Amino acid sequence: MARERSKSKIDRRSFLTGVAVAGAAGTATTIMPQGAAASATTAAPIDQAARPSALPPTAKMAAAEAGTPQEIKRESGKPGSDFMVDVIKTLDIKYLPCNAASSFRALHESLIDYGGNKSPEFLTCMHEESAVGMAHGYFKIVGKPLLTLCHGTVGLQHAAMAIYNAWCDRVPVLVVGGNDLDAAHRPPGVPTFHSAQDINALVRDFTKWDDTPVSAQHFAQSFVRMYKIAMTPPYGPVMMSLDAGLQQEPIRQHGEKLYIPRYVPSSPPQGDSGAVKEAARLLANAERPVIVVDRAARTPNGIKLLVELAEALQAPVVDQGGRLNFPKTHYLSRPPSVIGQADVIIGMELSDFWGVVNGFIDNGDHGLGFNESKIKPGTKLISISSVELITKANYQDFQRFQVVDVSMPADAEATLPALIEAVKAAIPNDRKAAIAKRGEAIRKAYTDGRANVKRNAAIAWDASPISTARLVMETWAQIKDLDWSLVASEGNVSFWPSRLWPMEKHHHWLGRSGGYGVGYGAPASVGAALANRDLGRFSVSIQSDGDLMYAPGVLWTAAKHKIPLLAIMHNNRGYHQEVMHVQRLANFRDRVVNVGNDLSPIGTSIENPDIEYHKLAESMGWWAKGPIKDPALLAPAIKEAVAVVKSGQPALLNVWTQPR
Amino acid sequence: MRYRIRLALAALVAGFVLTNGAALAASAENGKIAYVKHGCWQCHGFVGQGSLVTSGGTVIGPSRLSFEAFASFTRNTNRTMPPYREAILPNADLADIYAYLQSMPKPPDPNSIPLLK
Repeated sequence: MARERSKSKIDRRSFLTGVAVAGAAGTATTIMPQGAAASATTAAPIDQAARPSALPPTAKMAAAEAGTPQEIKRESGKPGSDFMVDVIKTLDIKYLPCNAASSFRALHESLIDYGGNKSPEFLTCMHEESAVGMAHGYFKIVGKPLLTLCHGTVGLQHAAMAIYNAWCDRVPVLVVGGNDLDAAHRPPGVPTFHSAQDINALVRDFTKWDDTPVSAQHFAQSFVRMYKIAMTPPYGPVMMSLDAGLQQEPIRQHGEKLYIPRYVPSSPPQGDSGAVKEAARLLANAERPVIVVDRAARTPNGIKLLVELAEALQAPVVDQGGRLNFPKTHYLSRPPSVIGQADVIIGMELSDFWGVVNGFIDNGDHGLGFNESKIKPGTKLISISSVELITKANYQDFQRFQVVDVSMPADAEATLPALIEAVKAAIPNDRKAAIAKRGEAIRKAYTDGRANVKRNAAIAWDASPISTARLVMETWAQIKDLDWSLVASEGNVSFWPSRLWPMEKHHHWLGRSGGYGVGYGAPASVGAALANRDLGRFSVSIQSDGDLMYAPGVLWTAAKHKIPLLAIMHNNRGYHQEVMHVQRLANFRDRVVNVGNDLSPIGTSIENPDIEYHKLAESMGWWAKGPIKDPALLAPAIKEAVAVVKSGQPALLNVWTQPR
Repeated sequence: MRYRIRLALAALVAGFVLTNGAALAASAENGKIAYVKHGCWQCHGFVGQGSLVTSGGTVIGPSRLSFEAFASFTRNTNRTMPPYREAILPNADLADIYAYLQSMPKPPDPNSIPLLK
């Protein structure tokens, strides 16, 4: 959209140019010797030795400074950005986590002044990655997307990693990038360096859709369309390039009456009825069926449906943890080892079916790794996955090609009611007793497994640095009577929360980043805590050290906007995954790994100096304590921190922990 | 199968060499230092407690393996753990590490810990 020239004498560009000149003149004035300005206005010749170091203002400039300015004639009409706010408000978007930028200054001003800073409310962020990460975490609590605005170039580059995480985690985020598209009218300086021909190209490979509207009406259609696309399973982030001129200039209706399309949700894609029937037949007649789920339960209702299916089949459920899909307290909740016993496996919303039924051992003759199947020959595989509907070519967030016997490119949760009905109808009467007996065996295995988990948790209970099992259970002891929500982290503390906490509700565990982009934990926790705050729920995160240092400014955002969150730090003082990778390669090559002056291979440790995360958090308005190294001191510190969070503030405990 | 044969042969050789030398003179105190120096803590934790994520849940403090089997596995593992050959982990250090791991007390009964009951 070209920026149209203003008809008034002083348009935006000449105003900016004037500002630039005046600024230069002002600068010159400040460095001139006293009295030089007065002599300069007369343009009297002066002695070469006494010549000022800056040029004197011209008579025209001096007159502009000293004279009475003419009345500025602003163009009348509703600004385009006000109409954009009208559009945005129809979609009930509650918050706008955002780092301010000039390329969307018009929309920014309209949102807070014309829109009253409500629906959405502006949340000041210190990094675009934090803003998108907050939107990511927020969605996983309430199931509604947030909007973020960013500079179309530099801001979007900051945001890109978080958008990729949202893409891989199937989370909708509405991203609007400001852009001075019209090079003929683009203001000089910063806007020039922050403009591009096609900003959306940067994230096109990992967004569901993008657009560049060229009129106010086009914006209305595109914004509602992007919301609808983002919110149709499989969910995903969407992108809009928004021209600065279109935002700033009055609406030109070209004879049309502007309207805002009504948002009507699309129904999610359901599995083909024939494929559902065939899947049910295989499952109903299986001796040892196994259900594997990753992001199958999009909503709390998804958990209920999965329980119904699992109980109908008395089949173990392996929850890969992309969401809380299945109650951890249910006897059919089982570890991945059951996959090896299966004769039929149904995978729902798996990112990587190959990885479910195959193992990769990072070792071997040449250290290049080797594969081995985890399943018996002849095992039947069924897949229900909506991800097949949005697979893209470039960023390959899938693994090797896995042949399956029944493939349904469909939303698992939407397909479950039909599948449950079909399974119940397909179970032969003469198999019902055997199925019930299978359930009893699984119940016993579940009880034995629980006891084994507790035995493992007891090991290193009194160790210092503090064991991750103890960290997790001391935290649990202080929050168990609250309506709690573990908003981030898990795997890097050896999955202790999902192994030991009675996770049953959808908000008890939100899943991980999706794209394994480090830096997700802190902002997603704050975003989820924001959503939980509005629901009167208590938020706790296990916060990794490396993750926090990607963009710690999100701590300030939490304090600024009074977002209560208990962050228990798993401070193992290193990028631990990388610690082990480098050690592994050194071993393969028969070389003693170089640790420099640290414990871990050079480039992987976060020590010497140790980061005082509690002081970092305190400096940004958090209540914080640490470093806690003695396990006996942990319980009282957590108790204190919980009280702070219950009062409405964020609190952080810096705890020195075992590596995993 | 090829890996298994190789592992078994290596176990025999390693067992013969190590049980008759370094293992007999092992020091738990030196082993604690060697355990950290050679990076064992990275996957097994500082007290050998292990992790579901990094050691498949295997606990090595104390190890359930004999020294011969422990040494053979460490030298030749072709599974998740990378091998530590003698070039990077001398026999004496390996024996000391084993002594350190075996010096650790047995884990407490979870029923003795109120938070795990």
